[in-house]
Order: sequence, then structure tokens, then C-alpha cells
Amino acid sequence: MNLFNDHKKLFWASSALFVLLMLFVAIMPAINNQLNNAPLPGSMLMTADEEAGKKIYISEGCVGCHSQQVRNVEMDKVWGSRPGIAADYAGMHRISFWQNTATLMGTERTGPDLTNIGQRQPSKEWHLLHLFNPRAVVAESIMPSYAWLFEDKDLADSLDVIITVPEKFKAGRKSVIVASQEALQLVAYLKSLSQVPLPDGTAKPEFLYQTSKKEGETAPAADNGPDGAALYASNCQSCHQPTGEGLKGAFPPLKGSEIVLNENPQDLVNIIMNGYDAREEYAVMPAVGKNNNLKPQEIAAIMNHERTSWGNNAKKVTAQEVEKFLAAIQKQNAVQ
Amino acid sequence: MWFFRKNRWQLVTLLSFLSWQAVAQAPENSVLYKGTDIGVKLLVFVLLGLFLAYIIKIIISLSQVGGTLLKKISFKVDKNQISGLTADQIDIMLKIVTKTPGPAPAVKIILPALIIWLWPHFSNAQTTVQAATRENILTQPGVLITFVLLFIPLLAGFLLLISKISTLLKKYQRSKIQVELQSIADNLGNEMFYEEVSVLSDRKKALLFQLSQNELAGENIASDEKGLLNNIKIQHGTDIFPVKKKPIPRPKIDPKLTQLILAFIASAVLWLVIGTTIGEYVGIKFVAPDADAISWLSFGRLRPVHTNLVFWGWATLGMLGLGYYVVPMVGNGKLYNIKMGWASLHLINLSHVLGTVSLMAGINNGGGEYREYIWPIMLLFAIGLGLSTTNYLKTIAQRKTKEIYISNWYISAAVIFLPIIALVSYLPFWQNGIGEVILQGFYMHQAVGLWFMMFCLGLLYYFLPQQFNKPIYSYSLGVLAFWTQILFYTLIGTHHFVFSALPWWLQTTAIVGSVGMLIPVTSGTINFLMTFKGGWDKVTNSYSLPFFLVGVIYYFTGSYQGTAEAFRSTNLIWHFTDFTIAHSHITMYGIISFIIFAGIYAIVPRLTGKEPPQIMVGAHFWLALIGLQFYTIPLMIGGTLKGLSWGDARPFIESVVLMGPYWLWRAIGGSMMWLSHLVLAYNLYKMVYPSEEFTVKEEVFKILKQKADLNTPLIKTDHEPI
Repeated sequence: MNLFNDHKKLFWASSALFVLLMLFVAIMPAINNQLNNAPLPGSMLMTADEEAGKKIYISEGCVGCHSQQVRNVEMDKVWGSRPGIAADYAGMHRISFWQNTATLMGTERTGPDLTNIGQRQPSKEWHLLHLFNPRAVVAESIMPSYAWLFEDKDLADSLDVIITVPEKFKAGRKSVIVASQEALQLVAYLKSLSQVPLPDGTAKPEFLYQTSKKEGETAPAADNGPDGAALYASNCQSCHQPTGEGLKGAFPPLKGSEIVLNENPQDLVNIIMNGYDAREEYAVMPAVGKNNNLKPQEIAAIMNHERTSWGNNAKKVTAQEVEKFLAAIQKQNAVQ
Repeated sequence: MWFFRKNRWQLVTLLSFLSWQAVAQAPENSVLYKGTDIGVKLLVFVLLGLFLAYIIKIIISLSQVGGTLLKKISFKVDKNQISGLTADQIDIMLKIVTKTPGPAPAVKIILPALIIWLWPHFSNAQTTVQAATRENILTQPGVLITFVLLFIPLLAGFLLLISKISTLLKKYQRSKIQVELQSIADNLGNEMFYEEVSVLSDRKKALLFQLSQNELAGENIASDEKGLLNNIKIQHGTDIFPVKKKPIPRPKIDPKLTQLILAFIASAVLWLVIGTTIGEYVGIKFVAPDADAISWLSFGRLRPVHTNLVFWGWATLGMLGLGYYVVPMVGNGKLYNIKMGWASLHLINLSHVLGTVSLMAGINNGGGEYREYIWPIMLLFAIGLGLSTTNYLKTIAQRKTKEIYISNWYISAAVIFLPIIALVSYLPFWQNGIGEVILQGFYMHQAVGLWFMMFCLGLLYYFLPQQFNKPIYSYSLGVLAFWTQILFYTLIGTHHFVFSALPWWLQTTAIVGSVGMLIPVTSGTINFLMTFKGGWDKVTNSYSLPFFLVGVIYYFTGSYQGTAEAFRSTNLIWHFTDFTIAHSHITMYGIISFIIFAGIYAIVPRLTGKEPPQIMVGAHFWLALIGLQFYTIPLMIGGTLKGLSWGDARPFIESVVLMGPYWLWRAIGGSMMWLSHLVLAYNLYKMVYPSEEFTVKEEVFKILKQKADLNTPLIKTDHEPI
């Protein structure tokens, strides 16, 4: 084979090697996965609104900063209760005649992973305000504002979803700020994002690289417990704010709150664990504890942070007490 | 053994310091010591063993000093030996002056002792900080590298100690020899005879003979009667900006081809300026997220505009433009079809106009990186590219040379592969579910490795030999790199999705392929650097070679970094972080863009016969290079910290806050890079449309010529009219 002098032989030889390898590492595995994976039994079809919301998510290029994949490594545990598997993406097909399939797995995490955002943050009001200006809820956020998904109206219709924007972020608008249909669809899509549980009897794939706890470490941990401030930042802060003051008309303050400061904090445990939707003037509180699998000692740490910060001064609770409250709450719920 | 008796106190001090160091290190480093006990013990044993072996060797050599050494030195004056002496030596012999040796200099033991004494302090200070941070840190590659780096000064200190002892011993040896020398010198003087003295005097005269320095030139004053010398530089001294060599005029290129190449390059530079203006703005948004709230300018929409324009606009058109010069040139033939080239250019440009507008309007293909253009727009691009492919392949087919030069191997492979890659990645048959992700990994990495890298290597194989005016170091290495590049690069796409839901074996294949990439990269780098060898002086007086050099260096470091990033252990820290962004800029900018910059400066002056202002080429080079450092280094540091923060399960927002300063540095570096592109655009303008040069000499002669034409002849002379 005289590759040096015969261009045809050279072109064919290099192309053949390339195409062969391409079949082996791209086309065959892709087809194989396409044929051998089906959506999980528990997964639900998207509604029209959610579908439309996904298209907005795509056209705004959200995938540039937000991944949608829980890797099977310990550090990804915060984004879902189990690692992602091929079946999670199996139901995804071509979006339209013009556009390819969008698994939206992403390669960057400038913002948080959104695989499970629907469970982690199910509050529509929060999402809308966050989209209008992310810094209204998370001061340090660098996410773009999607203000063009909202309309200014002098008078809102009865069906309009009005969002209460703190004065600072209104940018001089005097009128009522109303979510457009696109904004609502995008939020519907975000709320639909949640991990589907594996069918009963299926073993969960494991998270790798677990940080094994050593003897030396558990001893001080028992004294101090988990870091309440960090847990508060991860789980509560985006609504109730670092100041504990909440946001007027959206999220209630914890500073000076009766429920937080109560001598018997069973209600507080209940709300953290199972959510709360009793007050018209505020958004729905999701079941943070349940959704994020918080353990009794973690709940205790969060409660103690809330009960002793921002001028709050109440008695600290222990993990054992929280466990007792949880048992009582479970009993109560069972009776109802 | 006598040595030990004489210097025993120094030795005792030395040893006591050594042992004190060993004792002092053990308890304070206990955390470190437990974790790596075998390794550390082994190291200490090896070092001690080496040290002991050295001491023993010295002792043995010392015991031999008295007997053998002096035999080599003793000699008699005879004719053969006189020819080995210098005039000064002979002079001394004639004078028979012998000097008594001075007292041996004081033994310097303080410095090595000080180093040994201080060493535990340095090493303790560094190791205790690290060991305290985390339990598993000792197994992390970055930390291991750090340890290696720490070990280097330790080794240096050890070597310094050995060399100090060695000098000490040598001085002692000398002092012994000196005594013997004394007696030889005494004997020399005493045994001298008259004949020998006359031989020596003759020899001295012969050695001192000198030419008068004007044997050839004579006494006449030089004059240039044949007019051989032109524009003699009278001023001497150092230039702040050294004058670069003018490009050697080449055989004329077809003016139509010249136009085509310039059009490609001009389009490329235009997309570079637009694409990086957008990139710059997008970078600023990391620091100032509320810079605007216009949907067409939002981050998510502009990011793909930036990446697509610099990928498929700037780099692709720039390479194709240079390819239109190189492909016919190395085949010693003509371009197959110039019109086809123009059609290709217009289609690709059109695809970018449409693509940019559609992306900003929010129309994209579904979010896969670098394939954000929807298929009708990408089809325009692919047809344009296909035209160039056909053009190149037909040009190679009708070459005049028998062999296909290695450049055209690389370039032809690149232009064949990219249409296949684009087609396969846009066809819908294997894109459902996770299949889309497999194709995405394949697509984005093959586009990088089998298009940009492959093409640029082809360009390097032409330009480096051309610039140095000598053949490439090794043709075979080039061929090896060619096949291994195809073999390994095709496999590595999935390393962008390590730990994801993709098949585990596919991830592993990709990682193995990434390691395999070391073969083509190493052979390529050796090939290029060995071509540089012997021509380093040319780098300083050329304005394209520095760009090539940067390209080659980044080819090595960028590619090795890519391999390092592909490992599972490093993926844990760096994946999803800004480290990836730094890596992509090191490769796409440091390698690809620098090679294209170099190519532009290498051929455009040859095509147009006009040169860019030198100082501006320098400005372009330094702004781009320094800007790239400011861009990438902070992002790598910040990315690592971000990954560690995630590993520590800190709240996510902390990782956003900690990146703040690093994003600011990125914006600063990005601004410098952006500025350098404006300079490039200016330089290109200068190379294509230079301003009318106004020089006093030429203007004066123009007036004189007009006068001469009006009234012939002003004065009758024997000279030709000017």
C-alpha cells in the first residue's frame, strides 16, 4: 500500500479507520442505548405547558450554566437522591422538525443542577420572582434577569399572576408586574423536574467516592453537630434570606417569628419537614425536610440556627427532641 | 582515616545536625508520616544509602591519593612536552620561579550546616498546613504533584550538601598534592641544562609570533567601486524594538488565488472581532449580571453566539484560507477551482449571519455545545465546507509532486472528517435519549481534535520548515502522529461525561483514549521543537515564528492538561467548573488561534508585498499572550477551589461567591485578548491596503524627475539621468 504517492489510498485508509472507530464509540452505543432503554414506570408525560416551558428553557440557553444530571459521585448527592441512569433520559425525542433531542445534561455548573429542582423548590412564587430578578431572592446570584418574560400592567386581570417585587428591584416601575404565559410555562417546566423513583425492588446505583467517617471525626461532630448556618444557606436562605427577614409579600420573616421562638417547637419541626400553606399573604412552603432527606440532627441544627440568630433568642433543641417531635407528628398524621 | 582525624569536629557537627533533623521531623509530621509511611521511609533510606555510598567512595579514593596520583604529574623537560606548554609557562620555567603554597583556606562548613539546620523548619512549615486539611488529600494527584515539587528543593539541598563535602575533600586532596608539586618544581629548576634553555627560548619566540593584521587588506583605503553595498546602516546601538527580517519574495501566486485567500482571512478576522466582542461582553456579565435586561443580549443566548463564531467563523475560515495557500503549494500545482472557493466562503459566511441572528432570537438546535445552529443553517455551513473539501482533494489529486507531503495528509484528513462528523451528529436516527449525549460528546471533541487540531498540525508541517528554510525534523514522527491522532482522538469524546448515565465502558474507553493522546502529542511536539532547534536566533527576528512557538508550546501543555483532566480522580474536582473554560481557551486560543495568527503574518506579506507595522505585530503578540495568562490561570485556580468547595458539601452559592475575583481577572485578560484582535484587524488592513508612504528622498527625486523631463538636459553630464 503506497500511501505516500497514491492520494486515493491515503484518503480511503484514513477515512476507513475513522469511520470504523466512529461506529464503535458513537453510532453503535447510541443506537444500542436507544433500543435498550425505556422511561421508568413512574415517569409522567409532560403537560403542554411544561413542554412549552422546556422549549423556552432551551431557547434561553439555560443549559449553558445549569446541568441536569446527577453523577454517581458523593458530591452530587445534594442534587438528587440517586445517581441518574440512562432510563431517566429515555423518553426524550426530537423536539421539533427543526430541533434535535435535548437531554440538557449540560457540561457546566455555574448555577445549581436542576434535575430535581421541582422537588427542591416547588414554590411557583419563588421561581417567578427569581426569574424576574434572581438577586431579589439570592443577593449573590449572577444569573441573568429574565424581566422580558414579565409584563407591566396598570390593572391586573383576575387571571393574571401578579408578582410582588421588592421596591429595590422594580427599576422604577410603578405599575403591577404580571407574569407572562412564557414565564408561567417555564416555571411549570422547572416544577416538573424531579427524579422519578426507581421501581420497587430495583437496587439504587451507589454514589461513589463516599467520604468515610473516621473515628477521630465523629467525636467532635457529636458535640457540635452539623453546621446549622451552612444547612440554612443550602435549604432555607433563598426564601427566608440571610437576614431571616424573608421577603415582604412572598416569604415570611423568621426573625421574631412566634413559631420559630415557641417554647415547644413541634410546629416548627412539622413545617420544616412537611411544608406549610395556611397563610394567604405568603407563598406555599415546600416540604423541605422530606424533599431533601434531612436527618433529625440536621433539622435540629437548622432550628438552632434560626432560634439563635438575628436577635432571636430561644432555647436550643437536640436531635433527640426533634426525633420525638417527628414521631408525634407521624402519629398525628396517621390519626387524621 | 587521617582525614577523619583532622576534620573530626566538622564531621561530628554535620552528623549531629543530620540526626537532629531526622528526630525533629518525625513527631511534627506524624499525620503525614502515617499516611505515606512506606514511601517516606523508602525515600529516607534511599537518600541515606546514597549518602553513605558517596562517603565510602570518597574514603576509598582518598586512601589511594598518596601513591598513584603523583605519577601522572611528574615529568621531564623534552621536546614533546614543550609543545604542550604555553608561552607563560615557558616564561616561568625560564625564570625558574617557584612559589611556596599559601596556607590552605579555612574549611567552609557553616553553610551546609546552616542549610541542614534550617531545612526541618521549612519542610515542617509546609507539610503541617497541608496535612491538616483533609483525610484523603494525600492520594490526590494535585497534592502528589505538590509533594514532588516540594521534594525538588529537598533534593537540591541534598545535592548542595554533597557538593560542599566534595569541595572540602578536593581541597584536602589538593593540599596533599601541593606538597609533592613543590618538590617537582624544585627539581625542575635544579635539573635544567643550557641546551634545554635555548630550546625553550626558541619555543617562546615561536609562540609569541603574531600577524600584522594587514597582510590581505594592504595599506589602501576601502572603496566600493562595483556598487555592491546598499543602504549601509551607519547608526549603531540597541533598538528597543529589534528590526525583523523582511519576508523573502516568493514566486508569484496567481492574483485570483491571492484575492480568495485574503477574502477568507479577512472574513475570519471579522468573525474573530465580532465573536470575541460578544465573548468579552458575556465575560463581563459574570461580574455585572445586570448589565442589561434585553432578551437578545442575555447570557444564555450570547454564549453560543460567541463559541460558534470563534469556532466555525474565525478558526475555521482562517484555517481554510491558509489551507488554500498551503495545499496547492506543497503539491507544487494549481488550485483546482477558484470559483468553488468563493462559493464555499460565501456559504459559510451566510451560515454565520443567519446562525448569529437565529441564536440571538432564541432559535437553537437543543443545547448541544457547538451544534447550536439548527440544521438548515448548519447545512449551508456543511455545503460550504464540502465545496472546500472537494476543492482541496482535487487539488491534491492533480499535484505535480509524486509524493503527498505530510501537510496534505493532515489537511485532507481534516476536511474529509469534519463533513462526516457534522453529518453524523445532525442526523436524527441515533439521537433519542442518552444517544444524543453520546453523539454530543463525540461531536464536540472530534470537531476540536480531528478538525481544528488536525488542520493546524498540517499547517505547522508546512509553515515551520518554510520559516526555517529547512526540512521538518522527522517525517516518520509526523506519520506516527497522524495515525495515532486518528486512532486515539476518535475515542475520547465521552470524557466530557465521566460519572454520567452514559455506559461505564464508554467512559473508560474515552479515558484510555485520552491517555493514548500522549503519543501523537509527544511525537508532534518533539518534531516541531527539533525543527526549531538550531534556528532559535530566527525566532527573534521573525514576526510569525514567536506565534508559532507559542502555538507549539501550548500544543504540548494544553494537550497534556486535557489528558490530566480526563482521569476520574481529577474529574471529581474539575468537572463542571471554570477549569474547563480555561482549558478550552488554552487549546482553542493558545494552540489553534496562535497558529492561525502566525500563518496570517507568514503569508499575507508574501501575497501583498506589504508588511504590517512591526510594533503593532508586537502589540498583538504580547496582548494576546499576556491576556491569555490572565484569562486562564485565575480560572484554573478558581475552578479548583470551586470543585473543592462542592466536595466539602458547602452551600452552592459559596462557590459562586468565591469565583467573583477570578471572574474579574478573566474579564481583564479577556479584554486584553479582545484588544489584540483589534490590533490584528488593523495589521491586516495595513498589509492589504497600506497608506501611501511619504519619504523625503522619494518626493525630492519625484520633483527632480519632473524637472528633468521638462527641460532635458539641465546640465550636460556623463552620468545617466536619474
